Amino acid sequence: MTDDNILRMRGITKTFPGVKALQDVNLSVRRGEIHAICGENGAGKSTLMKVLSGVYPYGSYEGEIYVDGELSKFGDIRASEQRGIAIIHQELALAQQLSIAENIFLGNELSNRGLIDWNRTNHEAAELLRRVGLTENPVTPVLDLGVGKQQLVEIAKALSKRVRLLILDEPTAALNDDDSAHLLDLLRGLRSQGITSVIISHKLNEVREIADRITILRDGRSIETLDPAVEEVTEDRIISGMVGRALENRFPPHESRIGEEVLRIEDWTVHSPTQRGRVVVSKANLSLRRGEIVGLAGLMGAGRTELAMSVFGRSYGTNISGRIFKDGHQIELRSVRDAIRHGIAYVTEDRKRYGLNLIDDIKRNISAAGLRKLARRGWVNENEEYRVANDFRTSMNIKAPTVASITGKLSGGNQQKVVLSKWIFTDPDVLILDEPTRGIDVGAKYEIYSIINRLADEGKAVLVISSELPELLGLCDRVYALSAGRVTGEVDRKDATQERLMQYMTKEQE
Amino acid sequence: MSSIAPASADAGAVVGVGDSRPPDGKPQRRLSLNLRQSGIYVAFALIIVLFSVLTGGDLLQPQNISNIIVQNSYILILAIGMILIIIAGHIDLSVGSVVAVSGAISAVLMVNHDVPWPLALLITLVVGGLIGAWQGYWIAYFGIPAFIVTLAGMLLFRALTLTVLGNQGIGPFPEEIRTLSNGFTSGYFGNIGLGPLGGADLFSLLVGVVAVVGIAGTQWRTRKARLGYQQVVDPLPLFLLKIVAAAVVVLAVVVQLARFKNLPWVLVLLAVLVLGYSLLTNRVVFGRQIYAVGGNVQAATLSGVKVKSVIFWIFVNMGVLAALAGVIFAGRLNQAGPTAGNSFELDAIAAAFIGGAAVQGGVGKVVGAITGGLIMGVINNGMSLIGAPSERVMLVKGIVLLAAVAFDVWTKRRAGLASR
Repeated sequence: MTDDNILRMRGITKTFPGVKALQDVNLSVRRGEIHAICGENGAGKSTLMKVLSGVYPYGSYEGEIYVDGELSKFGDIRASEQRGIAIIHQELALAQQLSIAENIFLGNELSNRGLIDWNRTNHEAAELLRRVGLTENPVTPVLDLGVGKQQLVEIAKALSKRVRLLILDEPTAALNDDDSAHLLDLLRGLRSQGITSVIISHKLNEVREIADRITILRDGRSIETLDPAVEEVTEDRIISGMVGRALENRFPPHESRIGEEVLRIEDWTVHSPTQRGRVVVSKANLSLRRGEIVGLAGLMGAGRTELAMSVFGRSYGTNISGRIFKDGHQIELRSVRDAIRHGIAYVTEDRKRYGLNLIDDIKRNISAAGLRKLARRGWVNENEEYRVANDFRTSMNIKAPTVASITGKLSGGNQQKVVLSKWIFTDPDVLILDEPTRGIDVGAKYEIYSIINRLADEGKAVLVISSELPELLGLCDRVYALSAGRVTGEVDRKDATQERLMQYMTKEQE
Repeated sequence: MSSIAPASADAGAVVGVGDSRPPDGKPQRRLSLNLRQSGIYVAFALIIVLFSVLTGGDLLQPQNISNIIVQNSYILILAIGMILIIIAGHIDLSVGSVVAVSGAISAVLMVNHDVPWPLALLITLVVGGLIGAWQGYWIAYFGIPAFIVTLAGMLLFRALTLTVLGNQGIGPFPEEIRTLSNGFTSGYFGNIGLGPLGGADLFSLLVGVVAVVGIAGTQWRTRKARLGYQQVVDPLPLFLLKIVAAAVVVLAVVVQLARFKNLPWVLVLLAVLVLGYSLLTNRVVFGRQIYAVGGNVQAATLSGVKVKSVIFWIFVNMGVLAALAGVIFAGRLNQAGPTAGNSFELDAIAAAFIGGAAVQGGVGKVVGAITGGLIMGVINNGMSLIGAPSERVMLVKGIVLLAAVAFDVWTKRRAGLASR
């Protein structure tokens, strides 16, 4: 116990059939620190955490894990939980219909001679909720909570198991800035109570803000551990470790040639389909021109996706009013088909749920929205389909052995390229890209930016919705800011700064 | 042609897998992929071999082959409609009752009211379509799960059957309907001698030869076209081997049938249906949309697929096919009875799942469902030939269903692990 490392992983190697996911990885986590793990998608972060938490049992990997200096051989998750290690996955694993208290003690029920002691369950749950800064009643069903609060419930659940080492896999990926800030504060609070955290994150600004030390993985190997107390650690410093080279420019250079207005939206108002009377988008006005890349900034809940989807053939919302002009003529878009026919494409922010048929192959996903272009009198020409898909595979640099590969097995970046290909194949004039680089590693992001530039050069108008302000600033000619369903500002590239956008994005309604 | 189809489409499936791998692809994964897609056909072949041995060759006797086809025709027709519904991620529990009610309606029309049989058949098919539209409406547009709607339909249409029939059987059916269900093509060109095999119907043999030439021709053209698009195809010897294998199977079945009583009409009907629906699912926009809906309904919606209308029409289609099966079943018994079609839905669903459909939807093939149906048909027939009691037949069918789906889940899990 003289070791001040709560955890040491030494020489971890994990092999899947045909792939070495981890190779000789070393990781030391000091007691009471917040330790970040950074790496591109596929670098092996999640695999490493699964090895640690016993999802991959002892014997299925090589190397050693020491907890408190003691060699540990976890056979399953329960074994690691007993040593005080808890993992919170990116996809939250709460039973939506059950109450907060039931979820916290799920699998660990407080019982008295076989019967559940509800008073104690709810009482202790309330106590745990207080520790994570929630004031909700413990009997509230989890489905009534937002993602941010559900995350906190997960942490409360971990605390109920007397966690000493908390592992969080991309905890803020789905959170807005407020919720993220709250979560990071909570982790600091837990640190002062002696709870160690390991956090996996793509958000480098957060990592820099919160981490005491940072370990970087690349291609299944541990590259280095950075200590901000010893050297200055900038975002660029982390990125260069992740990609293995200094990244001079995160955005490809681009000069837009802007043409005529192609799409104009006037007085666009959308009501929530689930909450009666709630206005989600209010009197929004937007204009897009050929060859132009326009950004749409806004905090979570500002109505960005709702605005985009309601324009895209009324895929969201009820009681929609307003006018859409395409090339100066007013048009009606009553269905997705109408939108496609009028040359509008929407690339979703959640490609797995809304963008892809994950069990089908690349070519059929690419052809899904433009299948009629490949068909004569209802008959699909499968050879043409193959050719088209193969052309996209080459031009978009989709990394897959063939276009008959199943999309569910591709990496996030390659899946995104498939979705983009699908919509580019419909030959749209206007592309709405909703969080086009979410969950994609740095190298693939650069490729996606290049593709967006190329589309603009072909004379298409591109509307980019993004939560990452640097991305909007680096990519767009113009940025609209949205706050609580209203367009609160419009900023040209040359005047745009993060501070200015943030002002508009947080502007209260008059 | 139901026995032809698996062989030829099997060849197609394997060609498809062949071109899905680059020439330098990992051989071990290629094999496992092949096994997953063609496992069902291998299993079918093994089951046939097994029962041929157990029955001392009786399974493959001319009359018995004919029996297997005729006895299972209505299940196979139902399985075609069912696979489309299962691909779309739904289920239909009502088909047995729809079989009964459509048999009853056709009987009332033809027997009690002397409606000419073509008109009566047409009316029955339309009624089947209306029944499908009724269920499709509740499922697609009202949003009630298909399980519930068709469970209700199972009761509703059984009740309707009893009402229509007045709780008694109606028959006999006109000659033409009986011929469609039970009869054979006539020997238009007479018999020829096949040496030691004895006499055989020349017309049937010619149809078999035409079918083989057709299969070989289309496969060859597909291959040429793929080569033209620089896709990877099977090496020529393997391609030829598959064609020859398919030809041998087709001709063997046809020769046996020709030696018995020519081609059963239901076989001709089934062949047309299998061919038509295979083309629909693979090559027609509507068919592709069924897979898109079953694979990811939200993604399909956002890709411009009219999801509700797709679901509605596959239920209409199921209703029409169930009505067809109902007429054929009634014609075969020469009577429409109140208990007709009992538990047919279970056989049709089992056929689809044995044939490789996925419970979550998005996966499945018409030819697979037909093969699944034939596997159960051969087990039924083979076991009754060796005198097994019915409870044992049921036991074996249950185990086969479980094993088929377990194999599917297992191969999927292994494939998932391999890709991390």
